[in-house]
Amino acid sequence: MSNILTLAYLVPLFPLIGFLVNGLLRKQLNKPLIGIIGSGSILASFIVSLLIFLQVKNGASDVITYFNFISVGDFSIPFAFQIDQLSSIFLLIITGVGFLIHVYSTSYMHEEKTEHFGRYFAYLNLFVFSMLLLVMGANYVIMFIGWEGVGLCSYLLIGFWFKKPEYNKAANKAFIMNRIGDLAFLIAIFWIIGKVNSVGYTEVLAAAQATGDAQVFSAFDLTGITILLFIGATGKSAQIPLYTWLPDAMAGPTPVSALIHAATMVTAGIYMIARSNILYTLSPLTLDIITWIGLATALLAATIALKQNDIKKVLAYSTVSQLGYMFLALGTGAYVAAVFHVMTHAFFKALLFLGSGSVIHAMGGEQDIRKMGGLSKHMKVTNFTFLIGCLAIAGIPGLSGFFSKDEILANAFIKSPVIYGIGLFTALLTAFYMFRLYATTFLGKFRGTHEQEHHLHESPAAITIPLIVLAVLSVVGGYVGIPAFIKEGAHSLNSFLSPVVAESNTILGEHHISHSTEWMLAGISTVLIIIVVIFAWTKFSKRPDTEEATGFGKVLADKWYVDELYEKIIVNPLEKLGGFFNRVMETSVIDGLVNGVGRLVNYGSRQLRLIQSGQVGNYVLLMVLSMLLIFAIQFFLRK
Amino acid sequence: MPIIYYIILSIALFSIGIVGVLTRRNAIIIFMCVELMLNAVNLLLVAFSKMHYNAALKDGLVAGADGQLFVFFIMVVAAAEVSVGLAIIVMMYRNIHSVDVNFLNRLKH
Amino acid sequence: MSITEILFAVLTVVALFGAMMVITSRNPIYSVLWLILTFFAISGHYILLNAQFLAIVNIIVYAGAIMVLFLFVIMLMNLNKETEPSRNRWLKMAGVIGGGCLMLVLVAALRDIDIKDNIANVGHGDIGLLKNLGKELFTTYVVPFEISSILFLSAMVGAVVIGKKN
Repeated sequence: MSNILTLAYLVPLFPLIGFLVNGLLRKQLNKPLIGIIGSGSILASFIVSLLIFLQVKNGASDVITYFNFISVGDFSIPFAFQIDQLSSIFLLIITGVGFLIHVYSTSYMHEEKTEHFGRYFAYLNLFVFSMLLLVMGANYVIMFIGWEGVGLCSYLLIGFWFKKPEYNKAANKAFIMNRIGDLAFLIAIFWIIGKVNSVGYTEVLAAAQATGDAQVFSAFDLTGITILLFIGATGKSAQIPLYTWLPDAMAGPTPVSALIHAATMVTAGIYMIARSNILYTLSPLTLDIITWIGLATALLAATIALKQNDIKKVLAYSTVSQLGYMFLALGTGAYVAAVFHVMTHAFFKALLFLGSGSVIHAMGGEQDIRKMGGLSKHMKVTNFTFLIGCLAIAGIPGLSGFFSKDEILANAFIKSPVIYGIGLFTALLTAFYMFRLYATTFLGKFRGTHEQEHHLHESPAAITIPLIVLAVLSVVGGYVGIPAFIKEGAHSLNSFLSPVVAESNTILGEHHISHSTEWMLAGISTVLIIIVVIFAWTKFSKRPDTEEATGFGKVLADKWYVDELYEKIIVNPLEKLGGFFNRVMETSVIDGLVNGVGRLVNYGSRQLRLIQSGQVGNYVLLMVLSMLLIFAIQFFLRK
Repeated sequence: MPIIYYIILSIALFSIGIVGVLTRRNAIIIFMCVELMLNAVNLLLVAFSKMHYNAALKDGLVAGADGQLFVFFIMVVAAAEVSVGLAIIVMMYRNIHSVDVNFLNRLKH
Repeated sequence: MSITEILFAVLTVVALFGAMMVITSRNPIYSVLWLILTFFAISGHYILLNAQFLAIVNIIVYAGAIMVLFLFVIMLMNLNKETEPSRNRWLKMAGVIGGGCLMLVLVAALRDIDIKDNIANVGHGDIGLLKNLGKELFTTYVVPFEISSILFLSAMVGAVVIGKKN
């Protein structure tokens, strides 16, 4: 095993092969084989990723160029992979969580027809391939290819059950919202190319730090590029104002929601910003914008989640909220904390989604929590793992969510106590709605039909084993980032990622708060969260709110009417404009123009036809006139 | 006589012929105008023949017969043309009882 | 002013006047007669140019044969009335203007040509005599001459075929 980094191409290659085999032969293969190919290719990727990670852990990091992707004049874009600490962590998350979800899917999607089963796994493999490309690319263009690829797969998988029109609508919404962000991303890439004449991270980040005569970016350039990149990230990572697609994306199969819309794809924006952290560090304005947008998203989504009754919608808004947290971390310059939260969130949110999938499976497709309740008696494993997930996301000490969330809140406190306050409030809301969800679903009495109750069962091993693995990870995942105030030097993730963010940290400087303050902050949040959890637990296990929300609750249940607002402000005017163009421009201007040309020619030829009177005299006259003309030209105009 | 006089005379006769063709509707008159144009050209040819003869005479040569022979051939052709043309006009008169060319608008169809 | 110049002027005036009358007469018979007068004037020009043979042929063939043919046809059809409906006035005007312009252009085209010294000498030369022309015709132009006889034959056949009642 000389240098495993050179074998990095194997990581995306396996899912690509899986995609091709499953996609092309989906009618020939049978279900077990499709499942084995789909999951096996991801497992192979995971093993290679693990080997790469171990290598990187020993200090290796490299940019491996395979071939020249685009070459124009003196500008070239190599097809290259960048293997370093940041990408290797993401590789592990993607392939690891991805593998578990593939295994889960073999059981969850078992009732699909064979060809749809094959199509599902092909999409899933293609998604993993694109995501790996996104993470491994050594320049913005390769990242953009992956970026678009995951957008495409997301669209395909949200609309997987394409026979339902509303699912297709949700898929379109996701695709279009992403497209808005992608446009900004693309403009940012062009801007970078215009300035640096290169898109490689190494060159761009080096250029960003150049000062004096060698300075490439003005302050305006940096702010513009970073804001455009951030707009791209808001599309993919579901931040205000482009977040509304994510809750609708729950139309896809539940494992897809777990993989794409919770654990991996939506973190692409965070990865991108963490990857270009120096650019962001150098433009404080953008950092402030990111902070506030992240905070606003976290709060807004958390409030909406309070009143949702669809089990997946609650989790979706919780995802949006947690992504807001990650952006808050990025905005405060705590890039490591953001990546840390990406990791822990990937574990517990995948766990929660898969758990909800197990519940939905048991309930025969029912997603409304008001019709559930008391499931803990019937589904022991699901109940237990779901509880762990809830505890983790709520931030109960000892589980992974506590560590990452606490780190983010501590960084927020450094920036401003106000931000900390709002962040803490959001964390309390998170704990509240998660335990509202848990208590309503698993505790109390069963409220569904008798038939459903009879049908209730624990899911098969292919579903429960990934749940158990993820539950374990949700517990222990936080211990790679034990904060300094508990044990000095135990934050292994921080030291592991330090090469990636070294320059940023030098520029931002170290702002430590005293350990006693940190103890105090952690203590306050823990006490408050435990109070909220107990309150929610007791409130909803006894008396779940099954009635329709009223007053302010209705505003929350209707998602602050943001969708309606977009409908009014953007969609309707656009539709009106489209209608205007359709009715006026299309019919009178364009059709008028085209038909007008036709009519003109028609009319003109009818008039010209009159010349052909058939009377010899006219012909002779014309002949004479023509001769006249020829003579005139010959003798007078030729000179 | 300077040759230019003859040229201008011929052009004048030719143009009168053209105007006749353009303005009259009687097929026979049009035909006659064509004959007039032919004669204008004949006159010019004879004049040129004479001019050529004079120019060659200075060098002690005899020339200019070609032009007059061309006139001769033109007369031959004109005679043949007239015989056929008049036959056509007679037939036309027999069919439509008129020699007005405006009735001959079959070319339109 | 020499006698030839006077003759030239008189013949020119007669020819042009005759031609004008051809196209302006309402009665086709008058047109034919004016045309014959024009042909006589042109024959006069031929004589002035020492083309005696052509002058005679012109009178015999044109004024004699062809124009008499025209006359016959007109009389056969009983067209010796002013039956011709007048043509569209604008079209008539256009015809006149077109012809006038053509003449103008042709004359104007001559302005740069240097032919002041080229004289068509009147009263001298024997090139137009029958003897000389005949020699030329039957030596150099014997083939066209024979072909023209075929042309005549075919014209004759054509005239008969066309004139036949179908």
